[in-house]
Amino acid sequence: MSEPQDASGSRQDRPTQTTPAVEVHGVDKVFETRSGHVQALESIDLTVAAGEFVSLIGPSGCGKSTLMRLVADLDEPTAGDLAVFGKSARQARLDQEYGIAFQQAGLLPWRTVAGNVALPLELHGVASAARASRVAELLDMVGLADFADRHPDQLSGGMQQRVAIARALAEQPRLLLMDEPFGALDEMTREKMQTELVRISAETGAAVVFVTHSIPEAVFLSDRVVVMSPRPGRIREIVPMRLGAEAERAERTEELREERAFFDMVTAVREALHGGSPVGAGARGVETR
Amino acid sequence: MSAGAVTAATAAGRPKGMSPRTETTLRIVAPVAVGIIVLGIWQFLVSVVGVSDYLLPSPASIIEEFIASWDSIVQATLITGTNALIGLVLGSILGILLAALAARWRAVDRMSAPVVAMLAVVPIVALAPVLNSMFGADSQFGRQAIATLASFVPVFLNTLRGFRQTAPVHRDLMKAYAASSGQVLRTLTLPTARPFILTGIRIASSLAVISALVAEYFGGPRGGLGSLISTSAASSQYARAWAYVVASIALGLLFYLATLALERLLLRHAPQVRRRP
Repeated sequence: MSEPQDASGSRQDRPTQTTPAVEVHGVDKVFETRSGHVQALESIDLTVAAGEFVSLIGPSGCGKSTLMRLVADLDEPTAGDLAVFGKSARQARLDQEYGIAFQQAGLLPWRTVAGNVALPLELHGVASAARASRVAELLDMVGLADFADRHPDQLSGGMQQRVAIARALAEQPRLLLMDEPFGALDEMTREKMQTELVRISAETGAAVVFVTHSIPEAVFLSDRVVVMSPRPGRIREIVPMRLGAEAERAERTEELREERAFFDMVTAVREALHGGSPVGAGARGVETR
Repeated sequence: MSAGAVTAATAAGRPKGMSPRTETTLRIVAPVAVGIIVLGIWQFLVSVVGVSDYLLPSPASIIEEFIASWDSIVQATLITGTNALIGLVLGSILGILLAALAARWRAVDRMSAPVVAMLAVVPIVALAPVLNSMFGADSQFGRQAIATLASFVPVFLNTLRGFRQTAPVHRDLMKAYAASSGQVLRTLTLPTARPFILTGIRIASSLAVISALVAEYFGGPRGGLGSLISTSAASSQYARAWAYVVASIALGLLFYLATLALERLLLRHAPQVRRRP
């Protein structure tokens, strides 16, 4: 697992660079509902290396969002261990080790675009001059510098989502958690956003845990795709992406979507999702590592 | 909110080919015209048809009386207005504070719900004589207390509802940021509740004026609009009583418009509230 993240230009100065971004061991999650127990996750084991891009994919109800919420310490596991950069999930949240983006952009409608991006910096006491320059830098990165003074309802869905991503990146987190952030976007915007995310994650060198239900999206973005199955939510297979091993993340461009290897990977993930994997495609998906 | 609904309705029902400017003019001119016509008919009934001026004073005599007793009207409006304002401010502060507690702790909510329901149905008529004798005949406190109670209920109910409007995604975000409860209140809960609080205050503003005024009918110091209306009516000075009624209407409108302006001003930076009715 060490190849892709070294190549992706992650920051080397951090002493904890070698500790994995996320370590999940034997995690179960049971929700108590009025109609009884719901086993959302069962014996999940997963390690996400620093700087690695991992997608969680599966049908609805497979617990992929729940798993991400556990990593974010928005929910707590019923059993098992979960570490984020070697700390407990709670400590990692308190230390602001991750940035997060949801399916809904979740912008505060009464704040301007700049005000929304500044929110985490403001909450964590960053001085106003440093805040302003960081916000300008981030808006530049997501291509919304001209919209700093607009309010969220004046932006399109794609632009709102870009603001949310800028906000997630505000404190230069080493880990980005994204829960179907492009789920509500049209296909065109979605592809554009994926390309931007690839560029941004290469620039920042952050590890990404990306929840999605789109196979091409997972394939295009990820170093590894974690395929999950529902009721109870389990990891069915982890499919390494040859694309990640061969190319630096920054080199993932629009052309990749048309390449043969891309379609092979899509097939591999689809077969993993549907359970039965014909010998040829399944083996090819694995042999690349 | 009703103003918004009216605007939407007129916009939807606008005949083709009418410019927005004409429409705005019409919206102002139409009610004024109706008012003038009604006053005209009223005046006509009294001075031409011959309805007794004693039964129904003519608009002209009311205006005459209004000008004649201008000083005492201003004085009375100030007294009643002050009582209503004190009541509105205190009631709003209490309402917001208690709603904050009820939103924070379920137990407070459970305890306060029946009390608030009771307060909501307390008739001013019943409470006014009791409070007046409790605090003495020369104290305005009873009236202010009644205005406070009347304002408290809508502010409390609306604020509590507003505090419960925070979106799950925003709450998750605040948790992810490890925001302290004070920070959550300041950056999320209060701004979310703001339109609800302001609506509550706007509703309370009219109630505060009405209850401060009605409370004056039941004893206590003289000099307010309510007591002057009852005194004038009791001594058969109907035109003067009507002049005080006109002043009461003006006072109520003033309160309503002031709170409406406050609402508009504070919600200026929340475009989503304005543009999506």
